[in-house]
Amino acid sequence: MFPRNLLCLLSIALLVSPVTAAERSILLQSTTSTANSGLYNAILPQFEKETGIKVHVVAVGTGQAIKNAMNGDGDVLLVHAKPAEEKFVAEGYGVERFDVMYNDFIIVGPPTDPADTDGSRDAEAALRKIAETRSLFASRGDNSGTHKKEQALWKDTGIDPTADSGTWYRETGSGMGATLNAAVGMGAYTLTDRGTWISFRNKGDFQIVVEGDSRLFNQYGVILVNPARHPNVRKEDGQAFIDWIRGNKGQQAIADYKLDGQQLFFPNAK
Amino acid sequence: MPEAVPIRRPRQVTQSALLGEVKGLVYEAGGKRLIDAVDLNIPDDSRTIVMGPNGAGKSLLLRLMHGLLKPRAGRIVWNGRELDSRVRLEQAMVFQRPVLLRRSVAANLRFALKLRGRPADDEIDRLLEEVDLTAQANQPARLLSGGEQQRLALARALATRPRVLFLDEPTASLDPNATAAIETIVQRAHERGTKILFVTHNLGQARRLADDVVFMNQGRIEEHTPADEFFDQPKSQAAIDFLDDCLVSH
Amino acid sequence: MQDFGGAFSLAFSLVLSADPSLLEIILLSLRVSLSAVLLACMIGLPLGTLIAMARFRGRSVALVVLNSLMGLPPVVVGLLIYLLLSNAGPLGWLQLLYTPAAMIVAQTVLIFPIIAALSREVVEQLHTEYAEQFRSLSVPTRQAAAALLWDARYSLLTVALAGFGRAVAEVGAVIIVGGNIDHLTRVMTTAIALETSKGDLGLALALGIVLLSISLSVNAAVMALRLTSARFAYA
Repeated sequence: MFPRNLLCLLSIALLVSPVTAAERSILLQSTTSTANSGLYNAILPQFEKETGIKVHVVAVGTGQAIKNAMNGDGDVLLVHAKPAEEKFVAEGYGVERFDVMYNDFIIVGPPTDPADTDGSRDAEAALRKIAETRSLFASRGDNSGTHKKEQALWKDTGIDPTADSGTWYRETGSGMGATLNAAVGMGAYTLTDRGTWISFRNKGDFQIVVEGDSRLFNQYGVILVNPARHPNVRKEDGQAFIDWIRGNKGQQAIADYKLDGQQLFFPNAK
Repeated sequence: MPEAVPIRRPRQVTQSALLGEVKGLVYEAGGKRLIDAVDLNIPDDSRTIVMGPNGAGKSLLLRLMHGLLKPRAGRIVWNGRELDSRVRLEQAMVFQRPVLLRRSVAANLRFALKLRGRPADDEIDRLLEEVDLTAQANQPARLLSGGEQQRLALARALATRPRVLFLDEPTASLDPNATAAIETIVQRAHERGTKILFVTHNLGQARRLADDVVFMNQGRIEEHTPADEFFDQPKSQAAIDFLDDCLVSH
Repeated sequence: MQDFGGAFSLAFSLVLSADPSLLEIILLSLRVSLSAVLLACMIGLPLGTLIAMARFRGRSVALVVLNSLMGLPPVVVGLLIYLLLSNAGPLGWLQLLYTPAAMIVAQTVLIFPIIAALSREVVEQLHTEYAEQFRSLSVPTRQAAAALLWDARYSLLTVALAGFGRAVAEVGAVIIVGGNIDHLTRVMTTAIALETSKGDLGLALALGIVLLSISLSVNAAVMALRLTSARFAYA
């Protein structure tokens, strides 16, 4: 027989070792756009140093982040889909929603610009051209904040692109990065937040084709998961994080984060 | 149940108690009756050799008597006790092909000794000496020669201190020297009081070891006589043919 | 996109520089997957041995089920474990979600069918060989099972390796229940997924090469052990 005792000891040692160290920490359910852009790596150490509270970030699509928070799997929610966030609060899953920062969405596309959208500031017109020329368009298709924004823009054009899903309209069902990889790979237009785009390393020869439309505004909000609903929520530490990120220090930290000389997020907490 | 059981005369045992008794033993497999209503009385004082042509049911009979197979019908009694798991603890068997554990020679013996609750090193040493494997004690058992492997299998069987030792053609694939070594060990065990039931094809071996011969043919016992009698005056035609074949082929 | 050569040299420099966060990720990967293999063996080996030795009604059904469980998609396992460990789930009170322990649980569930099914094959083969001898020696079932497991130890090592390979390479389950949290639950595969989604394909590939090298070393070690065992005719 195997040396059972040894095995047990070993496995217990493996299971129990590190990470169980009792530290103050919160779980932040957030989006890939904020995490992948490197924002959290830049600002969180400052918060952790000031408060001694460690922030563990789960970066998923806004839709999934909200679902996870509804299950009580997280203390704070920081996402970018205002209507969904307000619904989350209204249904009692969150305490209150606050604006934190914004950036904007852009449409990127191949340098040949088959739909002839270049230089446009009109997202609606650009999407219409893409649909008319049946140029490839990669959609997140994952119910994320970016996906919801894209759906809203299509709604304004009166076109239902999902009718052509699988032909020129292609839903990746993946995160922003994966969708950008796919778009670059197949030469498709796609809607992305600026932060992810700037920090994205596999741009190929892709370019921004539409930017500056006021409809492309991308607001991020922060919400404390409702401790009345989920008693395990670490409300003091969670609230401390919300207070910090809305306060002067947090807002300044957001403004200070730059990549390739460009500011990625603009603080606008009131 | 068998329709007309052929009447046969079991060997009359008068002087000493019976070692083993088999009554109306039937074994079937694949719709064929392989052991056909066998009766057999084994005297306590003799080495019994089971002989017979291929397919006669010799190995089956041994396995049934050792409790490795379940008979369709019949009784098996050892020293007045029905064959059960307790009786089986007092029996051991050596197979034609030794099945050795993937361990050292000594560890194979320790395994058997542990089963009977006395895994003593000096016991291992004694057994190794008995089968002349002292020098190989720490070698992997499965790298031994065929003869050495069979000697180890024999030592393992003896490690359980059996009252009855079954041997199913243990030397069938061994050369004469290796065969002689096995026979010597078996003989010594017999002299120390272990009862021997031996299946063999080898006429010379049978002559050397047998007190009694059980001759089987087609799932039945044709003859059960003292060995001299069997070899000098076989009664059944099957036995006569069998002995002729053996002489021709050897 | 960086070329393959670039990825290789990046992988080398990553390893040579002993980048602490890379080491952290590698160690967590090993810790999670090795723990999962140990747990899966504790469940899978007895189960496989039981099915190998026992003859019972529905045995073939059990075999079919076990063999199909070998192909469990990691994402499905991740989802199931998430639903169980979520604060809204029945085991939420354990507070295991987004911890290495949750990842260990998920990988254990993922690979114990592999351990059980493959060990069943190995043990059954040996059992066929040993069965009659064991019956002759009146070996009690428990001791027979122990002897089979011990004598099959080198083959079973390969079985454990198959489980480890699957565990250390999967991403679908650990990313859901672990959350890919930096310095907490980030392992090789989730880091690769992350770097891919950041478009840093060179770094992703370099991490993949590191993962492959770890796999390779573990396999080589086990192979060496097996060759030794074969020399002793123990395998």
